[in-house]
Amino acid sequence: MKAGMVLGSVVAARVAEGLEGKRFLLALPVDEKDRPVGGEFVACDVVGAGRGARVIWIGGKEAALALGRDEVPVDATCVAILERHGRNKEGA
Amino acid sequence: MRLGNVVGAVVSTVKDEGLDGLKLLVVEDADIYGRGKGSHYVAVDAVGAGRGELVLTAAGSSARQTRSTKDRPVDAVIMAIVETVEANGEITYRKAGK
Repeated sequence: MKAGMVLGSVVAARVAEGLEGKRFLLALPVDEKDRPVGGEFVACDVVGAGRGARVIWIGGKEAALALGRDEVPVDATCVAILERHGRNKEGA
Repeated sequence: MRLGNVVGAVVSTVKDEGLDGLKLLVVEDADIYGRGKGSHYVAVDAVGAGRGELVLTAAGSSARQTRSTKDRPVDAVIMAIVETVEANGEITYRKAGK
């Protein structure tokens, strides 16, 4: 699971079976200081994340599990909206 | 998923039987404006995509999770045709005719 920043969204004209009605977000992977650590990618959304939101996303085959079924062709899904992340000096 | 433009097709006669009947397309990585980035790969088409369309592709074992690619030896599948891309409040790509 990794941190990301939502930049926007992608609307599909046609999708593969099982992806009907799913939301697609345009996102950027970021580090704990919100600095980009890679190029933009597209992820499914199950938490209603909007532009500017910091999120946790999962990659790989597990991304499909977050959509409630494991037989859909997605390799990234936003699964949580981040309120705070980073290192805690007190070690909590 | 990655954004990419369909720029061509692959024809292969000698291939693993697991690839029989699959449509193989050449995809060029694209930015949020739909502009090609110069790097290419081959993906199986699961949505009826055609040349010139901006698409989304899923990679790795996720690519096998369609009816046509289940248990097939593939690692990239076109699973959506893009209509619009919106970034930072502006539409950066809109499919022609939409």
